[in-house]
Amino acid sequence: MIANLPLWLSILVSAAVVLGSALTLAGCFGLVRLPTFYLRIHAPTMGTSLGGGLILLGSALYFSLTQGRVVFHELAIFVFVTVTTPVTLMLLARATLFRDRVEGGSAVPPSFRKPEPLATEAEMQTGIVETKAD
Amino acid sequence: MSLAILHWSLFASQLMLGLAMLAALWRIVSGPRAQDRILALDALYVVALLLLVTLGIRTNSQVYFEIAMLIALLGFVGTVALAKFLMRGEVIE
Amino acid sequence: MTRLFPHPLLSVVLLVFWLMLQQSAGLGHILMGAIVGTIVPLAARPVIGERVGLRRPLKALQLLGVVLVDVIRSNVAVFLVLLSPRPKPTEGFIEMQLKLSHPLGLATLACILTAVPGSAWLEYDQDRSTVLIHVFDLVDADEWVEIVKTRYESLLLEIFP
Repeated sequence: MIANLPLWLSILVSAAVVLGSALTLAGCFGLVRLPTFYLRIHAPTMGTSLGGGLILLGSALYFSLTQGRVVFHELAIFVFVTVTTPVTLMLLARATLFRDRVEGGSAVPPSFRKPEPLATEAEMQTGIVETKAD
Repeated sequence: MSLAILHWSLFASQLMLGLAMLAALWRIVSGPRAQDRILALDALYVVALLLLVTLGIRTNSQVYFEIAMLIALLGFVGTVALAKFLMRGEVIE
Repeated sequence: MTRLFPHPLLSVVLLVFWLMLQQSAGLGHILMGAIVGTIVPLAARPVIGERVGLRRPLKALQLLGVVLVDVIRSNVAVFLVLLSPRPKPTEGFIEMQLKLSHPLGLATLACILTAVPGSAWLEYDQDRSTVLIHVFDLVDADEWVEIVKTRYESLLLEIFP
């Protein structure tokens, strides 16, 4: 840290960082306390949307004003994290839906698609399975 | 004065992020199913990244950004591979 | 020109991102960024079918503003639910029909809905153009469908016709 820091800047950066951390912490506590997987999937997005955004904003403010030039690194990280987290969450949610439907235990909406037959009659008899190219 | 404010707020936020990592870690250990663990692992990556950013402010150096970027990249690829594995049973089809 | 630059917008974005990561705009960095911006879209051509482009930049900015407001609102709402000693949100699945069929528009909508803490995009069925959404604190399903339609889908339909 540097010595001659203006008061308003330190308050602004502090507020952003503390608020962002509080949101992230709430999200991770949600990960522990929420009862089902589909509820828990909402929890980490707090850390990647507003929580992470505020912390990175505080960092960008601090470095831009103390170094006298605009610092973009945080923006790159923010864009990357906010774009990639939904992708991973969607993949994970789809995998979970798939697994839940196979197991058939918990209350999950049924699949849109009709399940493909495992084997046709002819394949059952001959034992030869024709693989479809797709 | 302003330095003290920044110092203590950074301390508080690092404490909170540390607690958040512990919470995610608890979910990784306790499960109960594979997808819960992977979700918590993804959250752990993100919190670790944010912790590094606050560390960067504290030490007034920008070296930590490179590491944060690396964590973001590796976390994404890792979680996608794991989710794919849950779906199909193999990573590369 | 089109053969060398299949996605001009993507090339420009890559160049800007490269310069951002290097934290400088020297000649060497610009050259390297230009090389990256040329090669990556060429390599991505089999994956990205149609031309990446923005029809209405102003509408995209408006969408960004809407999303920003919703992210803040949704974060506060979920935060308040999680603060209570025994969080009991009324979760629910919603199935809704979308008019939007452009792949990039759908991808954008999926990212928006998942990035906002209150909702998560689960699955999309191309044949029926139906999407399955999970909502954290569901009060009225029809109201949710209406919100998604008016706030996001109408704008996305204009941006990606």
